[in-house]
Amino acid sequence: MIEIISQPWPWYVAGPMIALVMFLLLLVGGNFGVSSTLRTLCTIGGAGKHASFFDFDYKSQMWNLVFVLSAIIGGYIATNYLSSPDPLALSQSTIDDLSALNIEFNGGFAPTAFFEWESLLTIRGFAVLVVGGFLVGFGTRWAGGCTSGHAISGLSNLQIPSLIAVVGFFIGGLIMTFLLFPLIF
Amino acid sequence: MKYIKYCLLGILFGIIMTKSEVISWYRIQEMFRFQSFHMYGVIGSTVATGIIIIQLIKRLQLKTISGDAIDIKDKNSGVVRYLAGGILFGLGWALSGACPGPMFTLIGNGYTVFIVVILSAVLGTYAYGLLRDKLPH
Repeated sequence: MIEIISQPWPWYVAGPMIALVMFLLLLVGGNFGVSSTLRTLCTIGGAGKHASFFDFDYKSQMWNLVFVLSAIIGGYIATNYLSSPDPLALSQSTIDDLSALNIEFNGGFAPTAFFEWESLLTIRGFAVLVVGGFLVGFGTRWAGGCTSGHAISGLSNLQIPSLIAVVGFFIGGLIMTFLLFPLIF
Repeated sequence: MKYIKYCLLGILFGIIMTKSEVISWYRIQEMFRFQSFHMYGVIGSTVATGIIIIQLIKRLQLKTISGDAIDIKDKNSGVVRYLAGGILFGLGWALSGACPGPMFTLIGNGYTVFIVVILSAVLGTYAYGLLRDKLPH
Protein backbone atom coordinates (compact mmCIF):
# COMPACT_ATOMS: atom_id res chain seq x y z
CA MET A 1 0.00 0.00 0.00
CA ILE A 2 2.74 2.45 1.01
CA GLU A 3 4.55 1.50 -2.19
CA ILE A 4 1.55 2.40 -4.31
CA ILE A 5 0.91 5.78 -2.70
CA SER A 6 4.63 6.56 -2.79
CA GLN A 7 4.46 6.69 -6.58
CA PRO A 8 3.68 10.12 -8.07
CA TRP A 9 -0.10 10.53 -8.13
CA PRO A 10 -1.69 10.83 -11.58
CA TRP A 11 -3.92 13.84 -12.25
CA TYR A 12 -7.12 11.78 -12.17
CA VAL A 13 -6.36 10.78 -8.58
CA ALA A 14 -5.10 14.17 -7.39
CA GLY A 15 -7.92 16.25 -8.88
CA PRO A 16 -10.87 14.44 -7.27
CA MET A 17 -8.95 14.35 -3.97
CA ILE A 18 -8.46 18.12 -4.01
CA ALA A 19 -12.19 18.45 -4.67
CA LEU A 20 -12.78 16.13 -1.72
CA VAL A 21 -10.71 18.41 0.52
CA MET A 22 -12.84 21.34 -0.66
CA PHE A 23 -16.00 19.36 0.12
CA LEU A 24 -14.81 18.33 3.59
CA LEU A 25 -13.79 21.92 4.39
CA LEU A 26 -17.32 23.08 3.51
CA LEU A 27 -18.78 20.23 5.55
CA VAL A 28 -16.89 21.21 8.70
CA GLY A 29 -17.90 24.86 8.28
CA GLY A 30 -14.94 26.35 6.44
CA ASN A 31 -14.24 27.03 2.79
CA PHE A 32 -11.38 26.39 0.39
CA GLY A 33 -9.30 29.54 -0.19
CA VAL A 34 -5.66 29.61 0.85
CA SER A 35 -4.63 33.18 0.04
CA SER A 36 -7.02 34.84 2.49
CA THR A 37 -4.65 33.58 5.21
CA LEU A 38 -2.09 36.10 3.90
CA ARG A 39 -4.54 38.85 4.85
CA THR A 40 -5.06 37.19 8.25
CA LEU A 41 -1.29 37.21 8.80
CA CYS A 42 -1.23 40.96 8.02
CA THR A 43 -3.95 41.51 10.62
CA ILE A 44 -2.12 39.44 13.23
CA GLY A 45 0.96 41.57 12.50
CA GLY A 46 -1.00 44.72 13.38
CA ALA A 47 -1.85 45.96 9.85
CA GLY A 48 -5.36 46.89 11.03
CA LYS A 49 -3.90 50.12 12.44
CA HIS A 50 -2.77 51.19 8.96
CA ALA A 51 -5.60 50.10 6.68
CA SER A 52 -9.23 49.28 7.41
CA PHE A 53 -8.97 46.30 5.02
CA PHE A 54 -7.07 44.50 7.78
CA ASP A 55 -9.31 45.62 10.61
CA PHE A 56 -11.27 42.43 11.27
CA ASP A 57 -11.38 39.78 13.98
CA TYR A 58 -8.58 37.46 12.91
CA LYS A 59 -9.78 34.79 15.35
CA SER A 60 -12.67 34.11 12.95
CA GLN A 61 -10.07 32.95 10.42
CA MET A 62 -7.90 30.84 12.73
CA TRP A 63 -9.35 27.63 11.29
CA ASN A 64 -7.95 28.54 7.87
CA LEU A 65 -4.53 29.35 9.28
CA VAL A 66 -4.50 25.96 11.01
CA PHE A 67 -5.47 24.30 7.70
CA VAL A 68 -2.76 26.08 5.72
CA LEU A 69 0.03 25.63 8.29
CA SER A 70 -0.85 21.93 8.53
CA ALA A 71 -0.07 21.64 4.81
CA ILE A 72 3.56 22.12 5.90
CA ILE A 73 3.24 18.92 7.96
CA GLY A 74 1.62 17.20 4.97
CA GLY A 75 4.54 18.22 2.77
CA TYR A 76 6.96 16.90 5.39
CA ILE A 77 5.18 13.54 5.64
CA ALA A 78 4.92 13.15 1.87
CA THR A 79 8.55 13.90 1.23
CA ASN A 80 9.99 11.91 4.15
CA TYR A 81 7.73 8.86 4.27
CA LEU A 82 5.97 8.68 0.91
CA SER A 83 8.58 9.80 -1.55
CA SER A 84 9.41 8.13 -4.82
CA PRO A 85 13.10 7.62 -5.68
CA ASP A 86 12.49 8.28 -9.37
CA PRO A 87 13.20 11.71 -10.88
CA LEU A 88 10.22 13.93 -11.69
CA ALA A 89 8.84 12.91 -15.11
CA LEU A 90 9.15 16.35 -16.66
CA SER A 91 8.54 16.57 -20.40
CA GLN A 92 11.71 16.64 -22.50
CA SER A 93 10.65 19.81 -24.32
CA THR A 94 10.40 21.68 -20.98
CA ILE A 95 13.84 20.38 -19.98
CA ASP A 96 15.23 21.65 -23.31
CA ASP A 97 13.49 25.05 -23.08
CA LEU A 98 14.77 25.61 -19.54
CA SER A 99 18.23 24.46 -20.48
CA ALA A 100 18.28 27.17 -23.18
CA LEU A 101 17.68 29.66 -20.34
CA ASN A 102 20.55 28.11 -18.33
CA ILE A 103 18.13 26.56 -15.84
CA GLU A 104 19.14 23.01 -14.98
CA PHE A 105 16.67 20.17 -14.44
CA ASN A 106 17.79 18.23 -11.37
CA GLY A 107 14.98 15.65 -11.20
CA GLY A 108 13.57 17.24 -8.04
CA PHE A 109 10.76 19.74 -7.56
CA ALA A 110 12.69 22.94 -8.20
CA PRO A 111 16.02 24.25 -9.48
CA THR A 112 18.54 24.37 -6.62
CA ALA A 113 20.12 27.49 -8.15
CA PHE A 114 17.34 29.72 -6.87
CA PHE A 115 15.61 27.77 -4.14
CA GLU A 116 18.21 27.97 -1.40
CA TRP A 117 18.85 30.67 1.22
CA GLU A 118 22.02 31.79 -0.58
CA SER A 119 19.89 32.32 -3.72
CA LEU A 120 18.45 35.46 -2.08
CA LEU A 121 21.80 37.14 -2.74
CA THR A 122 21.61 36.52 -6.50
CA ILE A 123 19.49 38.57 -8.92
CA ARG A 124 17.69 35.49 -10.28
CA GLY A 125 17.05 34.12 -6.82
CA PHE A 126 15.80 37.44 -5.48
CA ALA A 127 13.46 37.81 -8.47
CA VAL A 128 12.02 34.32 -8.12
CA LEU A 129 11.63 34.32 -4.34
CA VAL A 130 10.99 37.92 -3.32
CA VAL A 131 9.46 39.57 -6.40
CA GLY A 132 7.51 36.41 -7.26
CA GLY A 133 6.09 36.16 -3.76
CA PHE A 134 5.16 39.85 -3.66
CA LEU A 135 3.29 39.65 -7.01
CA VAL A 136 1.37 36.58 -5.84
CA GLY A 137 0.38 38.30 -2.58
CA PHE A 138 -0.64 41.58 -4.21
CA GLY A 139 -2.37 40.03 -7.21
CA THR A 140 -4.33 37.44 -5.31
CA ARG A 141 -5.89 39.96 -2.95
CA TRP A 142 -6.72 42.41 -5.74
CA ALA A 143 -8.34 39.55 -7.66
CA GLY A 144 -10.01 38.34 -4.46
CA GLY A 145 -8.62 34.81 -4.60
CA CYS A 146 -5.90 32.49 -5.84
CA THR A 147 -5.85 29.09 -7.50
CA SER A 148 -7.87 27.56 -4.68
CA GLY A 149 -10.39 30.39 -4.24
CA HIS A 150 -10.98 31.16 -7.92
CA ALA A 151 -9.74 28.30 -10.13
CA ILE A 152 -11.17 25.62 -7.86
CA SER A 153 -13.84 26.98 -5.48
CA GLY A 154 -15.02 29.70 -7.88
CA LEU A 155 -15.10 27.65 -11.09
CA SER A 156 -16.76 24.76 -9.23
CA ASN A 157 -19.51 27.23 -8.32
CA LEU A 158 -19.69 28.40 -11.97
CA GLN A 159 -18.63 31.96 -11.14
CA ILE A 160 -17.88 34.22 -14.14
CA PRO A 161 -15.59 36.52 -12.04
CA SER A 162 -13.47 33.46 -11.23
CA LEU A 163 -13.22 32.59 -14.91
CA ILE A 164 -12.01 36.14 -15.62
CA ALA A 165 -9.44 35.80 -12.82
CA VAL A 166 -8.20 32.46 -14.18
CA VAL A 167 -7.85 34.00 -17.65
CA GLY A 168 -5.81 36.72 -15.93
CA PHE A 169 -3.64 34.09 -14.19
CA PHE A 170 -2.78 32.65 -17.60
CA ILE A 171 -2.18 35.99 -19.31
CA GLY A 172 0.26 36.87 -16.51
CA GLY A 173 1.89 33.44 -16.55
CA LEU A 174 2.38 33.47 -20.32
CA ILE A 175 3.82 37.02 -20.28
CA MET A 176 6.27 35.96 -17.57
CA THR A 177 7.23 32.69 -19.25
CA PHE A 178 7.62 33.87 -22.84
CA LEU A 179 8.46 37.59 -22.59
CA LEU A 180 10.12 38.16 -19.21
CA PHE A 181 11.98 34.87 -18.55
CA PRO A 182 14.46 35.54 -21.40
CA LEU A 183 15.22 38.91 -19.78
CA ILE A 184 15.50 37.63 -16.19
CA PHE A 185 17.39 34.38 -16.81
CA MET B 1 -9.68 20.66 19.77
CA LYS B 2 -12.14 22.35 17.43
CA TYR B 3 -9.24 22.94 15.06
CA ILE B 4 -8.09 19.32 14.80
CA LYS B 5 -10.28 18.60 11.76
CA TYR B 6 -8.72 21.53 9.93
CA CYS B 7 -5.30 20.25 10.91
CA LEU B 8 -6.03 16.80 9.48
CA LEU B 9 -7.45 18.27 6.26
CA GLY B 10 -4.40 20.52 5.94
CA ILE B 11 -2.08 17.52 6.29
CA LEU B 12 -4.05 15.66 3.61
CA PHE B 13 -3.93 18.75 1.38
CA GLY B 14 -0.13 19.02 1.78
CA ILE B 15 0.29 15.34 0.90
CA ILE B 16 -1.90 15.71 -2.22
CA MET B 17 -0.02 18.87 -3.31
CA THR B 18 3.30 17.04 -2.96
CA LYS B 19 2.39 13.66 -4.44
CA SER B 20 0.68 15.22 -7.46
CA GLU B 21 3.83 17.35 -7.99
CA VAL B 22 1.83 20.56 -8.37
CA ILE B 23 4.26 22.17 -5.89
CA SER B 24 7.00 21.75 -8.49
CA TRP B 25 8.44 24.89 -10.11
CA TYR B 26 9.20 22.70 -13.13
CA ARG B 27 5.60 21.51 -13.45
CA ILE B 28 4.34 25.11 -13.46
CA GLN B 29 6.75 25.94 -16.28
CA GLU B 30 5.62 22.85 -18.15
CA MET B 31 2.02 24.05 -17.77
CA PHE B 32 2.65 27.57 -19.02
CA ARG B 33 4.61 26.14 -21.96
CA PHE B 34 1.71 23.73 -22.77
CA GLN B 35 4.14 20.80 -22.79
CA SER B 36 2.22 18.36 -20.61
CA PHE B 37 -1.39 17.60 -19.78
CA HIS B 38 -0.59 16.93 -16.11
CA MET B 39 -1.46 20.31 -14.52
CA TYR B 40 -4.49 20.77 -16.78
CA GLY B 41 -5.62 17.29 -15.78
CA VAL B 42 -5.25 18.09 -12.08
CA ILE B 43 -7.07 21.43 -12.25
CA GLY B 44 -9.64 20.18 -14.76
CA SER B 45 -10.57 17.04 -12.83
CA THR B 46 -10.70 19.03 -9.58
CA VAL B 47 -13.17 21.48 -11.13
CA ALA B 48 -15.21 18.72 -12.82
CA THR B 49 -15.57 16.92 -9.48
CA GLY B 50 -16.08 20.23 -7.69
CA ILE B 51 -18.99 21.25 -9.94
CA ILE B 52 -20.78 18.00 -9.11
CA ILE B 53 -20.09 18.44 -5.38
CA ILE B 54 -21.34 22.05 -5.28
CA GLN B 55 -24.48 21.11 -7.25
CA LEU B 56 -25.17 18.25 -4.84
CA ILE B 57 -24.67 20.53 -1.83
CA LYS B 58 -27.12 23.05 -3.27
CA ARG B 59 -29.75 20.59 -4.48
CA LEU B 60 -29.68 18.37 -1.41
CA GLN B 61 -29.32 21.46 0.83
CA LEU B 62 -26.58 19.72 2.78
CA LYS B 63 -25.68 21.08 6.20
CA THR B 64 -22.36 21.38 8.00
CA ILE B 65 -21.55 18.86 10.76
CA SER B 66 -22.73 21.46 13.29
CA GLY B 67 -26.07 21.73 11.49
CA ASP B 68 -25.67 25.11 9.78
CA ALA B 69 -26.53 25.66 6.13
CA ILE B 70 -23.47 25.44 3.87
CA ASP B 71 -23.04 28.97 2.66
CA ILE B 72 -21.37 29.16 -0.77
CA LYS B 73 -20.97 32.82 -1.59
CA ASP B 74 -21.18 34.18 -5.12
CA LYS B 75 -18.26 36.42 -6.15
CA ASN B 76 -18.98 40.14 -6.57
CA SER B 77 -19.42 41.07 -10.20
CA GLY B 78 -16.71 43.05 -11.93
CA VAL B 79 -13.97 42.71 -14.49
CA VAL B 80 -11.03 45.03 -13.79
CA ARG B 81 -10.02 43.68 -10.39
CA TYR B 82 -10.24 40.06 -11.52
CA LEU B 83 -8.31 40.62 -14.73
CA ALA B 84 -5.65 43.03 -13.38
CA GLY B 85 -5.19 41.20 -10.08
CA GLY B 86 -5.23 37.90 -11.93
CA ILE B 87 -2.48 39.05 -14.32
CA LEU B 88 -0.24 40.17 -11.42
CA PHE B 89 -0.91 36.87 -9.69
CA GLY B 90 -0.04 34.96 -12.88
CA LEU B 91 3.24 36.85 -13.26
CA GLY B 92 4.18 35.85 -9.72
CA TRP B 93 2.91 32.29 -10.12
CA ALA B 94 5.10 31.64 -13.17
CA LEU B 95 8.11 33.35 -11.56
CA SER B 96 8.03 31.69 -8.14
CA GLY B 97 6.46 28.50 -9.48
CA ALA B 98 4.12 28.41 -6.51
CA CYS B 99 0.67 29.65 -5.64
CA PRO B 100 -0.14 30.09 -1.93
CA GLY B 101 -1.03 26.44 -1.07
CA PRO B 102 2.22 25.05 -2.51
CA MET B 103 4.23 27.86 -0.84
CA PHE B 104 3.39 26.42 2.56
CA THR B 105 3.68 22.80 1.42
CA LEU B 106 7.18 23.44 0.02
CA ILE B 107 8.46 24.42 3.47
CA GLY B 108 7.58 20.93 4.70
CA ASN B 109 9.38 19.55 1.67
CA GLY B 110 12.59 21.11 2.93
CA TYR B 111 12.54 24.29 0.82
CA THR B 112 12.72 26.43 3.95
CA VAL B 113 13.55 29.56 1.94
CA PHE B 114 9.85 29.63 1.08
CA ILE B 115 9.39 31.31 4.47
CA VAL B 116 10.80 34.35 2.64
CA VAL B 117 8.40 33.84 -0.29
CA ILE B 118 5.46 33.74 2.10
CA LEU B 119 6.67 36.85 3.97
CA SER B 120 7.00 38.55 0.59
CA ALA B 121 3.47 37.49 -0.33
CA VAL B 122 2.23 38.83 3.02
CA LEU B 123 3.99 42.10 2.21
CA GLY B 124 2.30 42.13 -1.21
CA THR B 125 -1.09 41.63 0.42
CA TYR B 126 -0.25 44.44 2.88
CA ALA B 127 0.68 46.76 -0.01
CA TYR B 128 -2.65 45.94 -1.68
CA GLY B 129 -4.45 46.80 1.55
CA LEU B 130 -2.76 50.20 1.69
CA LEU B 131 -3.48 50.98 -1.98
CA ARG B 132 -6.93 49.43 -2.09
CA ASP B 133 -8.92 52.68 -2.24
CA LYS B 134 -6.81 53.97 -5.12
CA LEU B 135 -7.10 50.84 -7.26
CA PRO B 136 -9.94 50.17 -9.73
CA HIS B 137 -12.19 47.24 -8.77
